[in-house]
Amino acid sequence: MRDLSTLPLGRSGRVLCLRAGEGMGRRLMDLGFTPGARASCVLAAPGDGMRAYRVRGAVIALRRREARTVILEGDNHE
Amino acid sequence: MNEPRVIALAGNPNVGKSTLFNGLTGMRQHTGNWPGKTVSAARGLCRTGGEPVYLVDIPGAYSLWAQSAEEEAALENVCFGGADAVLVVCAAASLERNLNLVYQIIEAKDKVAVCVNLLDEAEKQGIFVDLEALSRHLGVPVTGACARDGKGLKQALAVALGAINQPPHPRRALYPEPIERAAAQLEVLLPEEMRQWVQPRFAALRLLEGDGLFLRLLRQRVAIDASVMQAAEKARAELSLSRQGVSSLLVEGIYHAAEDACQKAVKTPAQPWDKALRADRLLTGFRGVPVMLLLLALVFYLTIRGANAPSEWLSRGFEALGTAADGLLQHLGASAFLRGLIVEGVLAALGKVISVMLPPMAIFFPLFTLLEDSGYLPRIAFTLDGLFERCRACGKQALTMCMGLGCNAVGVTGCRIIDSPRERLIAILTNSLMPCNGRFPLLITVAAVFFGGGGAASSALLLAGLIGLSAGMTLLLSRLLSATVLRGLPSAYTLELPPYRVPRIGQVIVRSVLDRTLFVLGRAAAVAAPAGLVIFLLSRVSVAGSTLLSYLTGFLDPLGRFMGLDGVILTGFLLGFPANEIVLPLILLAYGAEGGWNMPGDISSLGNILRAHGWTGLTALNVMLFSLFHFPCSTTLITVYKETKSGKWTLLALLLPLALGVILCALTNGIAIFF
Ligand SMILES: Nc1nc2c(ncn2[C@@H]2O[C@H](COP(=O)(O)OP(=O)(O)OP(=O)(O)O)[C@@H](O)[C@H]2O)c(=O)[nH]1
Ligand SMILES: [Mg+2]
Repeated sequence: MRDLSTLPLGRSGRVLCLRAGEGMGRRLMDLGFTPGARASCVLAAPGDGMRAYRVRGAVIALRRREARTVILEGDNHE
Repeated sequence: MNEPRVIALAGNPNVGKSTLFNGLTGMRQHTGNWPGKTVSAARGLCRTGGEPVYLVDIPGAYSLWAQSAEEEAALENVCFGGADAVLVVCAAASLERNLNLVYQIIEAKDKVAVCVNLLDEAEKQGIFVDLEALSRHLGVPVTGACARDGKGLKQALAVALGAINQPPHPRRALYPEPIERAAAQLEVLLPEEMRQWVQPRFAALRLLEGDGLFLRLLRQRVAIDASVMQAAEKARAELSLSRQGVSSLLVEGIYHAAEDACQKAVKTPAQPWDKALRADRLLTGFRGVPVMLLLLALVFYLTIRGANAPSEWLSRGFEALGTAADGLLQHLGASAFLRGLIVEGVLAALGKVISVMLPPMAIFFPLFTLLEDSGYLPRIAFTLDGLFERCRACGKQALTMCMGLGCNAVGVTGCRIIDSPRERLIAILTNSLMPCNGRFPLLITVAAVFFGGGGAASSALLLAGLIGLSAGMTLLLSRLLSATVLRGLPSAYTLELPPYRVPRIGQVIVRSVLDRTLFVLGRAAAVAAPAGLVIFLLSRVSVAGSTLLSYLTGFLDPLGRFMGLDGVILTGFLLGFPANEIVLPLILLAYGAEGGWNMPGDISSLGNILRAHGWTGLTALNVMLFSLFHFPCSTTLITVYKETKSGKWTLLALLLPLALGVILCALTNGIAIFF
């Protein structure tokens, strides 16, 4: 299963569902990571650091651990 | 006369609320290109329109489902602040996301208007917003603005006032049928007087999703029966949904509505605009860290280069002033003691502080504000987050450290952007490890005298290195705290990277000189004058053949020597407790008091004086280390107390850097003696 953390730099995918706990799950949804939303990975910090995703016109940075909770549809990236 | 109306300015973080507020009220709320600049609400009277109106600038929030102190403040202000209308400010380029909050607010309130700000930025990205279509779709008045250029401010005020006089009929987001039905059933159970705060449907939906914070705030104002809470539980059970399940359906419903609205009202280019991304890849990738240090060094280089000459002019001016004052006092028949008190005590201290401080500050603050306005600071947090995560802290701490470079008290307050209480405390306790602007003059001067072989460039690099050391120590102590008194794992957080924005240079300079430089300078001068007086008195009042000053420095001397310093230096740091800026001037005054008054004007004579009092390269190094790591100034400590409301944490904020400084200085000294 694909999740945001495996999305390569420059690629995008569509959100299928979220697996985060109550607080973080709600925050991610409020930021626009809702089922059906398109997110693309636009920046990566050095090492295992944060990655930034463009979603609904804004750029949001997440740590790997949080990015893993955003499950993406299918496994074909555009 | 009626009481003026109150309009609350709500919106996502970093959309220009404070800019709009400033433009309308003429006030000077701080603005900056990063989410979380405003941390508490401010109120200002606006006289631009016909009638005077109060505006309330609210901290930014992504959602009324609050997850941080600022968002709590936002929720409280929007729902329970008693404003006559809410003006929701939006960023045009990310309207879909911004509409999430808009839909939440129109669910809660009727008297709402929307201001789509940053139209210029959107236009640059090829995004165009049809304001009329948006207004039709939302059912509330919508207007556009470019708050930074002062465009659309009055219209924004007008639509907000319009919403008070003619309450609009918002078109709210609709949710799946079972949810709507459950909400309708809960709605009728709610007391009538709740309407004065929020719409019943809004409250019913919050009950259904079990939004604890909102319900707590509501129940402080309106009595809600326990049976209503039980009914909500039951309704949820009948839907066979968890609280999180309801919550998800609600956000999805809102985003469906937002997508709909944007489809009708926003024209976006097929390819997202990403010119700025190229800059970003350079600034945040592997090259991010060296680029960051170089940028920092550049800022210092400009500061040091630019400050040199004006500092000397000021210093000479004060010398001349001192001579003139001395002559005048003599003419008036003042005693030698009184003349000394005024000229050699108060005036000398003031002159030193102002000539040493004013020029670098007047250059550093604007440069720093330019960086802040450009949107670079959150990129620093983004790049360095991995390190902070490893130290079990929050990447946003990097932002608060940057604020600390300006002033540690500001940095400590800024820690409110960190949501996790544990990580916020870590950031507060370690903030003073970053040297504030008031410590730069000492660092720059000492570096120039003892390590300044290569001129301004090498001093700048050295200073950037010292900041690196400070950052390293901050990380180390953060890790240490995470393993001891503030045990815990790194918590989840999100960080928005705002678009780069071109700062308005003219305004930045005026603002930072007037608002920050003069303010900080005033504070330092107010402290310097009495401190100069104290040093003078200590140096003149003798008991049993020695001056009080020599008793004090003599008393501190052994401790000083242990750390590779001396008693005078420690005295300077102690008396500089109210403001770090005066430490070096006080040290010079105290040396002067020992060996006759001579005022060093330029670097070389300053170096001679220090060397004459036994300074070596090692002393200079330790002075710089101790300046980086000693007790925070009194203002910072008071701020720590205000933010933590705990004497214990305040004490730790004092002891932590002090212990680090003592250990480091003793260590370098010990190593030097050993070899
Ligand atoms: N290009 C452009 N920039 C703007 C405009 N309005 C505000 N800005 C800039 O956007 C940044 C954020 O502005 P603020 O007023 O601090 O935003 P805020 O909404 O108060 O932010 P928080 O207090 O963090 O919630 C600043 O750097 C402003 O100069 C605008 O109309 N156009
Ligand atoms: Mg603000």
